[in-house]
Parts: sequence; structure tokens; C-alpha cells
Amino acid sequence: MIDWWTVLFYVLLVVAGWFSICGASYEFDNAGLFDPSGRPGMQLVWMGLSVVLIFVILMLESEVYDVFAYLMYAAVILLLVVTIFIAPDIKGSHSWLVLGPIRLQPAEFAKFATALAVAKRMGTYGFKLTTPKNFLSVLALIFLPMLCILLQKETGSALVYLAFFLMLYREGMSGYILLAGVCAVAFFVLSMKFSGVLLGATPLGELIVSCLILLLVIGLVWIERRDKWAVRILSGAVAVAFLGGWAASFFMPVNYAWIAIGVLLASVGYLVFLSIRNWVWHYVLIAAFALGSLAFMYSVDYVFTDILEPHQQVRIRVALGLEDDPTGAGYNVNQSMIAIGSGGLTGKGFLNGTQTKLKYVPEQDTDFIFCTVGEEEGFIGTTLVLLLYGAFILRLIVLAERQTSVFSRVYGYSVASIFFFHLAINIGMVIGLTPVIGIPLPFFSYGGSSLWGFTILLFVFLRLDASRRER
Amino acid sequence: MEINTKYAFENRRYVIGGVIVLVILVFIVRLFFLQVVDNDYKAWADSNAFLKKTLYPSRGIMYDRNGKLLVYNQPSYEVMVVMREVQPFDTLDFCQILNISKEQFVKRIADIKNRRLNPGYSSYVPQMFMNHLSAQECGVLQEKLYKFPGFYVQNRTIREYAYPNGAHLLGNLGEVSRGEIKKDAYYVPGDNKGKSGIELSYEKILRGEKGVEILLRDARGRIQGHYEDGKHDVAPVSGKNLKLAIDMDLQALGEKLMRNKRGSIVMIEPKTGEILCLVSSPSYDPALLVGRQRGENHAMLAKNSDNPLLNRAVMGTYPPGSTFKPTQALIFLQEGVITPETRYTCAHGYTYRGGKPACHGHASPLDLSFALATSCNSYFCWGLHDMLDSRKRYPSVQDAFEVWKNYLVSMGYGYKLGVDLPGEKRGFIPNSKYYDKYYRKRWNSSTVISIAIGQGEILATPLQICNLAATIANRGYFITPHVVKEIQDLPLDTLYTRRRYTAVDPVHYEVIAEGMRQAVLGGTCRGAALPDIEVCGKTGTAENPHGKDHSAFMGFAPYRDPEVAICVYVENGGFGAVYGVPIGKLMLEKYLKGEISEENKLLEETMANAVVSPNSLTLPDGEL
Repeated sequence: MIDWWTVLFYVLLVVAGWFSICGASYEFDNAGLFDPSGRPGMQLVWMGLSVVLIFVILMLESEVYDVFAYLMYAAVILLLVVTIFIAPDIKGSHSWLVLGPIRLQPAEFAKFATALAVAKRMGTYGFKLTTPKNFLSVLALIFLPMLCILLQKETGSALVYLAFFLMLYREGMSGYILLAGVCAVAFFVLSMKFSGVLLGATPLGELIVSCLILLLVIGLVWIERRDKWAVRILSGAVAVAFLGGWAASFFMPVNYAWIAIGVLLASVGYLVFLSIRNWVWHYVLIAAFALGSLAFMYSVDYVFTDILEPHQQVRIRVALGLEDDPTGAGYNVNQSMIAIGSGGLTGKGFLNGTQTKLKYVPEQDTDFIFCTVGEEEGFIGTTLVLLLYGAFILRLIVLAERQTSVFSRVYGYSVASIFFFHLAINIGMVIGLTPVIGIPLPFFSYGGSSLWGFTILLFVFLRLDASRRER
Repeated sequence: MEINTKYAFENRRYVIGGVIVLVILVFIVRLFFLQVVDNDYKAWADSNAFLKKTLYPSRGIMYDRNGKLLVYNQPSYEVMVVMREVQPFDTLDFCQILNISKEQFVKRIADIKNRRLNPGYSSYVPQMFMNHLSAQECGVLQEKLYKFPGFYVQNRTIREYAYPNGAHLLGNLGEVSRGEIKKDAYYVPGDNKGKSGIELSYEKILRGEKGVEILLRDARGRIQGHYEDGKHDVAPVSGKNLKLAIDMDLQALGEKLMRNKRGSIVMIEPKTGEILCLVSSPSYDPALLVGRQRGENHAMLAKNSDNPLLNRAVMGTYPPGSTFKPTQALIFLQEGVITPETRYTCAHGYTYRGGKPACHGHASPLDLSFALATSCNSYFCWGLHDMLDSRKRYPSVQDAFEVWKNYLVSMGYGYKLGVDLPGEKRGFIPNSKYYDKYYRKRWNSSTVISIAIGQGEILATPLQICNLAATIANRGYFITPHVVKEIQDLPLDTLYTRRRYTAVDPVHYEVIAEGMRQAVLGGTCRGAALPDIEVCGKTGTAENPHGKDHSAFMGFAPYRDPEVAICVYVENGGFGAVYGVPIGKLMLEKYLKGEISEENKLLEETMANAVVSPNSLTLPDGEL
């Protein structure tokens, strides 16, 4: 039995998406919404074909996806590699296969194949995520398509594969890997944001980050070992050091960042000592985390200037509010926020948005489609869409949890994670919370490849779910 | 297949679910602030999408009393710039077309962006880059405009003057100042408004109402039509036309006669209070203050030591001299100090004070009519003495003086008359407190005697003097003098239609009129006599501390049913009969007869060519 709730959410999202595309591509001398030469008309065609796809997916036996998982994965990888070489240059990316009038983006279909392959690998008998060999094999399955897409210069689509880590976390991957990822982003953002800001003799960025590291170290010691004495000694050292620094500041300029780093290094020594005395690994791992974080903090500048490309640097600087460039890199976000903000509580009404109608927001029917919702349907519309998405993704998690096989559960979580990642990054970008990363909003953004990719991703899972009792 | 039994990880679904819910909540909160709380985005969106194009109304035009076109509009062009639409372009080419230097260009752009100089600056709104371009200059730019994104040409109009006369009364337009923008939100930088004369005093009537066209502009700056098919557009309302009371031929003659002299001629139609001409000399061609040369020319005129920008007719305050005597006679008659038959003696001066003020030789004792005709100083000094120093009528000199002053105020002295021209001065009529302070309360008629003959502290504008003539012509009332005769579709202010009676009974005016008629028939004003017209007049020779006496003439004609009142005031012109009377006569003849008769042509040329100057007089247009 197919899960009709999910189907209902799917239909609602796709229909709402179609109306948004109408609003976004509406022109003054418009030929009509159902004209197949216009984007709303084309999207209707894609939607019709999606229905056909859905039927095909649901007609197939659920075993097909299990059995042919690796084959499909291999085929997709091949397609991705071929695409790198034969795809024409479209706005700097090489991700589109052009077959006559039809343009196809293989990366959109790679997600479901990768999810299947990962699910297959993790569902095999005796698979343990905690063994390095197994873990690495899964990582390889995830990173291979990601690398291909990076080579196609589609950074946004490649980053989507990081969504698999959410699924891996559910399947038993250490939470510290996610924590490390979050910390890396947080440290990066904080050191960038406050780099060069001086508070007296103290560089603020270094102070904030090293204090954060100290807090994490103490927190980890408590969570991992429940070692009251160690926590007391570490907290005491921090307090004494800062009080001493404060007292010294009456006589000379004090660099509090050095104090924090000094305490941190002393703590590392103390943790190593504890590790040896108690003969447990945890302390030395925490010490390694502290040292690694410190090293990361000092390498941010290098990473930023030498690893990231200039346009990415600018996007990040703009997103962090370090650079204000409303006509350049900030233009998209600025205009998209204007469009959304001008919608007010109830919006300007369907097809009445001036910002979208007059093409102020670039990519407004693809990556920035959410602007149209914001401008024409207002806060009520955006909230409804977000709630609908929330319900949709949470429903997918409920479905994933009720699976009887690891294969299906892993696949289900992968689907939920991918949708969530798209939602979080796309909307975050449109409302100016995350850097501009060009990925579509599932079911809303115009495009056949994207709609089909997500439809396949979703309905394969619904097909698996429908036959969960047989498996 | 085996079911993974690591139940320990099952709870992680709540962590994941929690993260999802948290992210969505953060988004909703952010959207709430963006869409509901913060209103700036709406304004930005509007300024993004709506190009509010101002539609300028055509300014009202002015005609003279005979329907001659005086001031009208000519097309002119302005270069506007919308900063956010400007893209790199060939600055050198642009500067060459507009005939400006690169430095000027850079400075102008910096000035536009400077919010201190240009407080309303917005990069979305068209800003005035350069104004007053001729059709030719603009034509070249129009052709190449596509090369300069962000720059537009806007049609405006500038004023054109049909005659080189009447600069003071017509006034001129200039760019609004920052203070004016602050006071009246109607204006935006680059707008023109009246800066002087009728242009200033009738600004709100002449300017009309701006309209606005709300156009939709897409992201590339292309216009996509009217917002909601022009439902919100407002059409401009043209300014109202004015018909002035001025007779431009008369005005031109007045300016010609006053050439190379400093002073003023004012003529009023007594029955209506309409100002027929209002000459202030030296004058200038009003066309000098139009267009791009305005600033330069204005500075030049402002620096000129003869102060051509000053409208002497309403801003110049002079001792009225003997033209003041009729007011004294009226007061004495009304207060019963004298009757028309009262005679005073005169022995070449006011004997009560040892012959001062002095007087010229004439029969003595003499009655009022003859005193006016010969302009006897002593007569009016005796009158003032009898009024102020008589404790029978008034308990104190102060009380007497207040009565005296109030009469003058009722005749339009000492306060602004309320003419429809900017900058009118009130002149000066002292009150008793003034003398109490000055003489520490110890004073009498002898102390202040020179006020009886329009000297001393008394100051009046030529307009006030002319208004006295009009009041006498009307035998007791006047209508506030005004330049504008009719406003298109609007009634005149009742101030300019209402009779204002003085505190003196109309019956007393007849003897004054008779005295002034006598002055022309056989007194000081003989030079004003015209065949067929019964001219009445009063000369004035005003002593002043700045040099030679001022020459003044005040009169009206005809004696019965007067049609015109006049005041001529020539600074440093000497006796009233030297310049005031002959100029007055010519002006009266011109107005009443339509032209100067043959026998007076020579006088006209003599007067026009006479130079009266305490120092060198150079007219701004180089004409001497």
C-alpha cells in the first residue's frame, strides 16, 4: 500500500511550485499560462511526464532497486564522467547533456543512484559502520559522484552529497564527526567575521574561537568521562588565568587571546597526563580535537585565500556581512530579500509581484523561486510552504523508521536528508542566511531534470515502503 | 534480510527531527522579520520597480492691463541622472557634448551624491545633473544618449520676457535653495521657483501642481508601461495666468525717463488701487536672470553699488518732504486745529523758532489752499505747534502725538501697505514713546517740528507717497495698491478690492485737492500743467543727510473724477520742480493721452538723458 500522505504532500508541493513558476515567469505580453512555449507550459509537460515516471516506478518490483543498485550507480557515474567531457559550457558549468531540444542534468539523477548504492552497501550482511573499512567504502560511494560533479563545476550540486552524513549519523556514525563539521563551519565563520577586529590588544576572532574550544573541551571531558575533578581543574585554570590577565591589564596591555590559548595548551598537557594516568584514550582524543581546532583556526586565512575561488570568497564575505556589494555578488540576495520583504503579511497576490514580474531577481524561476512565493503570497504563503515541507520531510523520516530492512531505511533517510539539505540551503540562501549556493528548491524550481530527479528519488522510496512487509 | 539491531541509534531520529524543526522555525522567524516587521523592503521594492516621473506643469504666464504678453515659457532641457543605472561610459565624450571639463563632471557627480548638499539623494531617483540646455545642445546629447546609460533628458521650461522692462515687479525664477526645500515639500532639488517680484509673491498660483507618472521599470531599467494602466498617475495642473494692472508702455517710458537716476515712479489707478507702473531705477533687463548665466549676472548686479536689485518703489524709504504736507493739513482739519480759512504768518521761515525751518518768499499771512500751493513750511509748523502744544485739546504732548500718529497710520504710513510684492518696507512714523526715550520726556512741537514738513524721522516708500495721492484723489479712501489685476479662475484677495477709509472725514479732502490744483495752476507745480487736463500736484524737496536734496512729486489727475495718482521720487534730484514735476507731467500725459505730445518731446528727451548721480552710474547692460 502506497503512503498517500506523502503523495498528497508531493502533489501539493508540485502544484504550489507550478503556480510559483507562473508568477516568476509571467510577462506583460504573456502568451498564456498553458502555452507550451512558456515556462509554465513546459513545466506542465514535465509534470505530466513525471506522472508517467511515477507509474513506471510503482509498477516495477521493489527488488529491482535492490538488485540493480550497483548497476544503476555505475551507469550514473559513467554518465557523469562522460558529461564532464562532452557537456557544453553553460554559465561556466559543464553539467548539461544536450540531446537536440532536450537538456538533461545527470547530476540530478545521480542522487537517487548513489542513495541506492549506499543503501545496498550498508544493507549487506555483517556491515558495520564503525569498522574503518566499511565506513571508508561508504564514503567512497558518496564521494565518487561528488567529485565528478565538482569537476563539472557544479559546486552546489556536489555539496548536496554532504546530506548523506545526516543519514550516516542515524546509522551509527559518531556524532563527533558531525560536531567536527559544525565546529569547522562555526570556527571558520567566526574567525572570518572577526578577523582583524581588535579589542584593546586582543584579536577578537582568536579570543572567541579559543574560548569556544575551551568550552567544548570541558564539555567533552564531562560528557565522555563524567570526571568532576578534571572539569573543576580546567574551569579553575580558565578562571584564574583570565582574572590574572584582568589584574595585569591595569599595568600593561593584555592580549586575552594569548591567555586563552595558553590555558588551552596547558589543558592539552593536563589531558595527556590524565590519559596516561588513567590509561584511557578519551583524554588524548579531546586534546587532539583541541589542537586540531587551534590549527584550523590559524589556517582559516590560508584556506580562504588559497583554496577557495575568488567568486566563492566574495559570496562568503557577502554572506557574513563583511562586504556590502548590492550590485555585484550581493545583488541576487539583496534583490531576493527585497522581493520577499515587500510581500508583507499577505503578499501582493498571484501574478501581482512587481519585483518578480520586472525580473529584478535573477534565476527567479529556478534557484530563487522562493522569492515569488514570498512576494506574491506573503508571510502566510512562505510559512505554509515551509510547514508543508517540514511535514513532508518528517513524514519521510517516519516512513524510514518503519522500514523492516536496513536497505530501505538507509535509502529513506538518504531521501529525507537530501530534501532537507536542499530546503535548508536554498531557502537559507534566498533569505540571506547562507551563502549563495546554486541548488534548486525541490518541486518548486523550474526544470525537468530537477523535477524528475526528485520524483524518482521519492517514489522509489515509496515503492520500497509499499512493499516493506515483503522484505 | 537481517534487521539491524542497534536500537541505541534509534533515538537519533529525534535529534534529526529536532534539527529539521529547528531549521524551519529559524526560517519562519527570519521571514517574519523580513516580511512583517521590517517595512524597508517594501519601500526598496517600490523604488526598484516604480519610476516616478514628475510631470512638470507649465507656469502661469503674465499679461499687462492691455493684454500684452509680458512673461511666458520657453522650452529648455535638463540632463538628469539615475546613479544606480550609470554604467562605465566615455566620460570624455560626454563632457565634450555638454561642453564641460572632466573636473566639473567629477565635482558635479560628487555634489549629487553628497547628502549634505543634496539631502534627498537617492540612487534610484533621477537627479538633476545640468540644467538650462538649449535645444541645439540637447539635440547632440539626445542622439548619443544610448551611450550613457543612466542619463536622461528632461524637458523643462524657462521664463522668457517680452520686454526688457519691469524687472523688479515681474521678478525672476531661480533654483530652490535647501532651506526652501525644507520649508515646502513640494520642491525637489533642481526645481525653479520665484525669487523676487510677482514671480515670488504669486509663486503658488503661478507654479501649478506637479503631476506624476508611475512607470514600471524592469531590472535592466527598461520601462514596461504604466503601473496599473496609469490608475495612480496624476496629471499636472498648469499654473494660473495673471493679468497685471501694469501698463507696459507706461512702465517702459518711466524706466526711460529714470535712466541714469536713482529713484522711483509709482502710478496707481485711485478707484481700484491698481498699480499702473512701478519703476525702480536703476533697473536691468529681466532676461539677465534667466538660464545658466543667472548666477553670474545676479552676482554682478548684487555687487553694483547702485543696488539695481533693490526695488526702490517698495523697499526704498525716503523722507517724504513736502509731499507730506497734505497729511498734516488733513489731521489739523479733522482735529479742528485749523479750518480752511485759518491763516498763519510766514516771514521767510517759521518765526516761532527764529525763522527755522526756513521758507521761500510769498504772501503772508496765508490760508490752507495757498499754503499747499506754495508749499509754505511755516504754515504746517504753526499747525503742528497748535496741535501738540495746546493743553486745551489734549492733556499732554504725548496724547496729542499719539492722535497725530494714528491718523498717519490710517493713511497707510508707518506700516506695510500690503502690496502684492515681496520685501515691502514699512517706512517710519515715530510714536510718542520714541520721542520720550529720545528726549527723556521733555519735548514739544518745536523739538520735533521738522516732521510737520515730512523731514526728520519720517520715512516713507514711494508707494506710500503715491497711495496718499490716490487717497486724496478718492477724497478719503484708498484700496490697497496691487500689481495683479486678475488671476485666471480665481477672485482677487478682498484686501485688493476693499475700500480703506482714513480716519479723516472725506469732506476735508476737497480743500486739499483744491490746494494741490492751485499748486499746478500757480504754485510750485506749475511745470506739471497739461492742456485739457486738470492736474493736481504737490512737490517735494527732501533734505537728506546723504547729499543733495531728493526731488519728489506727488499728484493726481484729473482734478474731478481722477483716473491716476502718481509719485515720482528722484534721489539727489534737487528741487521737486527740477525732476519730479516734469517726469510726473510726462507720465501723466502718457497715461491720460496715450502718448507724449509734440511740444513735450523735447522735455522727454531732456529728462531721459539727464544724469543725476552722487557717484558714477553704470547700467548693468553697459548702457550709460
